[in-house]
Amino acid sequence: MAASETSIGPVNPEPVGAVQRRPAAGPWVTAFRKLVRDKAAMAALLVFVLIVIGCSFAPYYASNVAHTFPFSSNLNGKVVINGEEQPVIEESTEGLGLGTTPIGPTWDIHGYFLGADDQGRDVLARMLYGGLNSLWIASASTIICLLFAAVLGVTAGFFGGMIDAVLSRILDVIWAFPIFLLAISLSIVLINSSIEIGPIVIRAGSLWLPIFIIGIVYVPYIARPIRGQVLSLKNSEFVLAAVGLGVPSHRILWKDILPNVATTLIVFVPLMMALNMVTESALSFLSIGVQPPDASWGTIIQDGQNLLYSRPMVALAPGLAIAVTVMTLNVFGDGVRDALDPRSKLRIGGD
Amino acid sequence: MKKSHWLGISAGALCMAAAIFTGTSSADAQDHRGGTMRLVAVGAGGTIDPQVNYTLQYWQLYQGLYDGLLNFKKGTGAEGFKVVPDIAEDMPQVADDGKTLIFKIRKGIKFSNGQELTTKDVVASFQRIFKVSSPTAGGFYSGIVGADKCLADAASCTLEGGVVADEAANTVTIHLTQPDAEIYYKLAVPHAVILPADSPTKDVGTAPLPGTGAYTIESYDPNKQLKIVRNPHFKEWSKDAQPDGYPDVVVMDFGLTDEAEVTAVANDQADWAFDPPPADRLAEIGTKYKDQVHVTPLTAMWYAPMNVNIPPFNNEKARQAVSYAIDRNAAVKLFGGKVLAQPVCQILPPGFPGNEPYCPFTKNPGGGKYNGPDMEMAKKLMEESGQKGQPVTVISEDSAVSKAVGTYLQSVLNELGFKAELKPISSNIQFTYIQNTNNKVQISVTQWYQDYPAASDFLNILFGCDSFHEGSDSSINIAGICDKEIDGKMKAALKLAVTDEAGANKMWAEIDKAMTDKAAAAILFTPKHVDFVSKRLGNFQFNPQYYFMVYQAWVQ
Repeated sequence: MAASETSIGPVNPEPVGAVQRRPAAGPWVTAFRKLVRDKAAMAALLVFVLIVIGCSFAPYYASNVAHTFPFSSNLNGKVVINGEEQPVIEESTEGLGLGTTPIGPTWDIHGYFLGADDQGRDVLARMLYGGLNSLWIASASTIICLLFAAVLGVTAGFFGGMIDAVLSRILDVIWAFPIFLLAISLSIVLINSSIEIGPIVIRAGSLWLPIFIIGIVYVPYIARPIRGQVLSLKNSEFVLAAVGLGVPSHRILWKDILPNVATTLIVFVPLMMALNMVTESALSFLSIGVQPPDASWGTIIQDGQNLLYSRPMVALAPGLAIAVTVMTLNVFGDGVRDALDPRSKLRIGGD
Repeated sequence: MKKSHWLGISAGALCMAAAIFTGTSSADAQDHRGGTMRLVAVGAGGTIDPQVNYTLQYWQLYQGLYDGLLNFKKGTGAEGFKVVPDIAEDMPQVADDGKTLIFKIRKGIKFSNGQELTTKDVVASFQRIFKVSSPTAGGFYSGIVGADKCLADAASCTLEGGVVADEAANTVTIHLTQPDAEIYYKLAVPHAVILPADSPTKDVGTAPLPGTGAYTIESYDPNKQLKIVRNPHFKEWSKDAQPDGYPDVVVMDFGLTDEAEVTAVANDQADWAFDPPPADRLAEIGTKYKDQVHVTPLTAMWYAPMNVNIPPFNNEKARQAVSYAIDRNAAVKLFGGKVLAQPVCQILPPGFPGNEPYCPFTKNPGGGKYNGPDMEMAKKLMEESGQKGQPVTVISEDSAVSKAVGTYLQSVLNELGFKAELKPISSNIQFTYIQNTNNKVQISVTQWYQDYPAASDFLNILFGCDSFHEGSDSSINIAGICDKEIDGKMKAALKLAVTDEAGANKMWAEIDKAMTDKAAAAILFTPKHVDFVSKRLGNFQFNPQYYFMVYQAWVQ
């Protein structure tokens, strides 16, 4: 008998108490189950986890597999391919003999799998190290961004009045700037100088500079919706009831507001990571993000820009890595949003 | 007699043949006359004022636009370094032990606005060099009597007693405070061109000034295009100094990337690209378009000046360690390979006056040849210097090659034990940035291309005490070195050159060695120049002073 027919009525009536004893799944568990059932989101997560694991192996790969140090120039280096020694940077011998060309992909995991860049460095080894930096910057800046946004949005929305007015105007000012223009301007000003905010010192060239810059520029984009949500929650029945019962403000904030805001913040995590990764790549491509000899996928694309005709793989590989990673984060982010959004529950018609 | 008769016939036949040949050649030349030559560049070269602009891009184009009293001969090879009379009828009459130069001014030369050139224009043009604060006013022309007052107060510059006109005799006399062996070169560069006396006494920016050359600027928009057309008032007076040109119109379009420039020339959409072809297109143009490529050695150098006044390079051993550690062959690879550059250790380029091959910073030194880096010696010197662990910032341009050399340098410095970082900054400001001591630049990557063929242009200009000005953007002695003993020898060599050029060059060779030993700069390589031209461009000629002679090439 088809399951749908059971909906007509209880064919095999069970004691009502038995159904009632079945524990109701909480919202987090329900969301998690929904997320796990979302095949696209799970596939995206799997790919993302593989990327993270792959990048984590960068130091091991460089020193134990490829036997290379990808932060040093290796212009006069040699590599053995099919038992034959070849220069990593080859001088042209045809025609007028102009120009030099780095070795192309050897497709041999033991060295120069994706070829060399113009400094004779192993592109795959740099890709893995670069991925670590890109992922680290994207993650850390997302945390900073969400932290600032949550504090500002909740404070502005919950306390209202003058506090809301001041904070909202500050956010408006930041929002008024085109995001990339602001990020580029901040990077140009700060990248060559240290920042000292009380005990916090960020040195020139540190990875914390792009983390800090990217984290800050996106704050209004998160803080605004958070503020709106808090304003709405403040007027919801359960909060009004709590106020009516004389529950202290900090308890309302902690118990009633924040748990509701948390789902929104969680939805933002993968989406902001994707966005921050793209921003970091753009800044690094413009030489105002990760500083050499450190690598990120953005800096490797920039390195490859000068080799687009002769060795396109140098720019293509990190470009693809960014595209795939951003795609996985976006697909996973959509899955998380669907899982946590109560309205989508109705649409899907599941739990 | 028989012999002479035969000789007579032969001579006659030769004359006839020559006449026929010349006639044919002249007819050919007429056939090639006309058309529009299309040039492309990544960007404009800044102000169009010939007495202010100091870029190869426009110095190259000024050759058909303006004339000085003297000029470099429009020839190829060593001939191109010869100075010939231009606005002056002849080379100057020299008096007072070389301190007085009398120039007879040609008659009948007209500016492109139709005005006839007079001695007044010559005097006003020399005053204008100071009034517009020409970048070489102090360096090249400070030896003219009255120049000190002009340098102190440019607005009221008269060069009284320094540049004197005699309208009746149609002469201009230049008085120098002391003899200057290089004054002819200095009078032949574009900063000393003759302009109408009523020219504005400030940098004209984008408003072209009338000149006396075969061509004149019709319009200039630095964001778009520079258009040059024939000067309607030009009549050729000296083929050596200012020959007539072939194309009727020359346009230089701005705004293409260097990749796009190569593509445009390859597709015959442009005739010549000003900027060097990008590294990843070199192999392609060197094979597929090899008949359209011209590679020419330059008297220039790529080098890494090290600031001798601040740590860690105020330590001579640290500087020498860097010089020993750098693999110049690696730097050559970054420039495009050994066909395009030659590794060197010394300041004077190969073949330059005063050059005697010398290379102390290499494995097995001796013989003047570069034999690769000596890392062992470098590390030993580094230990002795006590500078290990010191932070160093390398300042390079943001152009592909400069940045690549900077990255390599950073790698070498880290290998030596420094904590090096690289800051590539815009090519538009890098050269002035690294000169200013306020920026505390420790080491940088830069280039020097000769202004004129004299050893002093490298040694005295780049490493002389007089070229070091603290806190100024115009302190071309980037390393900030001022060795009184060597500086004294340079002054003596400059003095000797007035009477004994060979003796002076011998002295310059010694000075070159002494300054190279000081390692105030790590000299990397001598570059070659690559010109990539369209299929239709003919009669390509390369002048060692001003490079591709644009107006002497034809496009039809």
